Amino acid sequence: MTSIDTRDRADGGRTQDSVVGGVLRGRVFRSRHDAISVRWQPRTLIVCGGIGVAVVIIAALSLTTGDYPVSLGGVINSLVGRGSGAESFIVITLRLPRLVAALLIGAALGMSGSVFQSLSRNPLGSPDIVGFTSGAASAAVLEILVFHGGQFAIAVAAIIGGLITAMLVYLLSLRRGRIAGYRLILVGIGIGAMLASVTSYLLTRASLYDALNAQVWLIGSLNAVGWNVVTPLAVTLIILTPITVYVGRALSWMELGDDAAKGLGVPVERTRLVLIITGTALAAAATAAAGPIGFVALASPQLCRRLIRTSGPLITPAAVMGAFLLSASDFGAQRVIPSTALPVGVMTGVIGGGYLCWLLAHELRAGRS
Amino acid sequence: MTNAEIRADTRADIPAEDPADTDRAADQSGLRPSVASRLNAHGLTLAYDDRVISSDLDVVVPDRSFTVIVGANGCGKSTLLRALSRMIKPTAGAAYLDGKAITSLPSKEVARRLGLLPQSPIAPDGITVADLVARGRYPHQRLLRQWSRDDERIVTEALEATGTRELADRFVDELSGGQRQRVWVAMALAQQTDILLLDEPITFLDIAYQIDVLDLCADLHEQQGYTLVAVLHDLNHACRYATHLIAMKAGAIIAQGPPADIVTAGLVEEVFGLPCEVIDDPQSNTPLIVPIHRRNRADRHGSVTPIDTSTSKINTPKINTQMKDAE
Repeated sequence: MTSIDTRDRADGGRTQDSVVGGVLRGRVFRSRHDAISVRWQPRTLIVCGGIGVAVVIIAALSLTTGDYPVSLGGVINSLVGRGSGAESFIVITLRLPRLVAALLIGAALGMSGSVFQSLSRNPLGSPDIVGFTSGAASAAVLEILVFHGGQFAIAVAAIIGGLITAMLVYLLSLRRGRIAGYRLILVGIGIGAMLASVTSYLLTRASLYDALNAQVWLIGSLNAVGWNVVTPLAVTLIILTPITVYVGRALSWMELGDDAAKGLGVPVERTRLVLIITGTALAAAATAAAGPIGFVALASPQLCRRLIRTSGPLITPAAVMGAFLLSASDFGAQRVIPSTALPVGVMTGVIGGGYLCWLLAHELRAGRS
Repeated sequence: MTNAEIRADTRADIPAEDPADTDRAADQSGLRPSVASRLNAHGLTLAYDDRVISSDLDVVVPDRSFTVIVGANGCGKSTLLRALSRMIKPTAGAAYLDGKAITSLPSKEVARRLGLLPQSPIAPDGITVADLVARGRYPHQRLLRQWSRDDERIVTEALEATGTRELADRFVDELSGGQRQRVWVAMALAQQTDILLLDEPITFLDIAYQIDVLDLCADLHEQQGYTLVAVLHDLNHACRYATHLIAMKAGAIIAQGPPADIVTAGLVEEVFGLPCEVIDDPQSNTPLIVPIHRRNRADRHGSVTPIDTSTSKINTPKINTQMKDAE
């Protein structure tokens, strides 16, 4: 023990395996006088890099293929502003915003899911299961059917609806000033079911045309997405992502239980409040942009957990995974049946439904449900 | 290097935060009534919502003592420990750490001086022993100081001090109850505090593991000079290991002091409602509580020598009233 210590001091300013008797995983960089030390997991980087490469491939396919194929060179020319008129129009105005929206929405859902699953200590505790997206959807449908608002008004309504629902679920799951994971999920499912019936009621009262419009929005679709949707979404993510990632570091400790985390000096209440707000805002912003797209928030963190095999929340990997899942689903929805523009929500629903069944069966076997 | 040397080494690395540190040797036994105390509380009133658990408590945890809080279920002993570790805010009065109200100190600052092992901490899925113990370094870490050489050394030492070094790469879920509790103690040690609070550390363990964990605590107390405060259910364990005992009943402190001075048959009867005899523990010379055998109990209830259903039916309500009277 002492000998390892001396050798380390002599070396200084270098990267080494982060070992405690050779067993603590990860690598660490330390400056010469130990003032700075950064620890990371190579496996996390590899997995994120791998998914990143997959995202680039999906992006290239999305931008080049379609009714009007564009060569890769044409796409690059268009992106740097030197493409021909028609190609530029197709790439920059039609295909790129849709791709960017899929990436941003997927990332937002992935982060939101990761935060809520960690806060509730339960893989089912993602915003689409605990009713936050239902709240956003109900408010948006209300806006569409009753107030006949435009895209911006619908987005605002969805965000407000999501936040109000989150606050309601949060307050109802408090017991003795503390939040219990299963309570949050059960209350959330209940509230979500009630809101779903509100949405259905609104649909029955609407004219056929309005109801169809609302229904398309409810499935979750990227079909009509343009830059006017992408820009506000990007701004929201630029603000929320750093806060979520920074504050979310404390989740590793909060998973030990509130008392243990508080005993270690983690500001438990403040962290939880900030993360509930940013997590809900991320899910609501995603819902506002493209409707309630299911299962991305549920599946992304869990897939990352299985690939990276480490404890603790994986907010950044879940964001990358979410971006990949949604862009790949949207590509599939557009190209698998070329004649019909399938809403992406149908695609994620099919994939995610299967995943949810597997998850429930797995949880039941583990005896935790 | 022997274990004792390693422990002495660990001890030397823990910075003395209190200038009074050097004077403390005199108070080491915790026997004097007016002992130096870094952790104490005055006029504590503790409540959950509107339900008052304790009111106007005065508690002194002598420095370098192994203080054990005992009492019947629901007497407020865990609540007191939670107040001493700032888990709950008192409605009146305050707990003090190094002379300052503990709730007024920054959270990380408290965590560098006082560690807590809560009643039922949660081991996240798929976490290894080393990873869990490393989490104890939180109060010493910053955004760009995530895993310093000190962190690594202290975690290694915490693993060694608790005899869990060999388990370091195992998953926490696959350990036995006793091993798991040692790992949690290691995490608290990695926090590098002089004071360690343990909330029912042995409640769900088999008897051999109970002794194992308590022996570990006693080692930490005797060899490394930790001030320990533990809530225990078993009065005999408390008497054997504590240097300072706090007996509680219905939210109030009935007695505090070294077990040999305060534990009498009368106190046990008052605190637990248990008629008993107090004898010398042949192993440790500490008080040993032996409950009075039912046959020898003077106020023997329900003496249903002929087991007859009709009699016992008549007797049952009678027993209840008598028990109530006894209380």
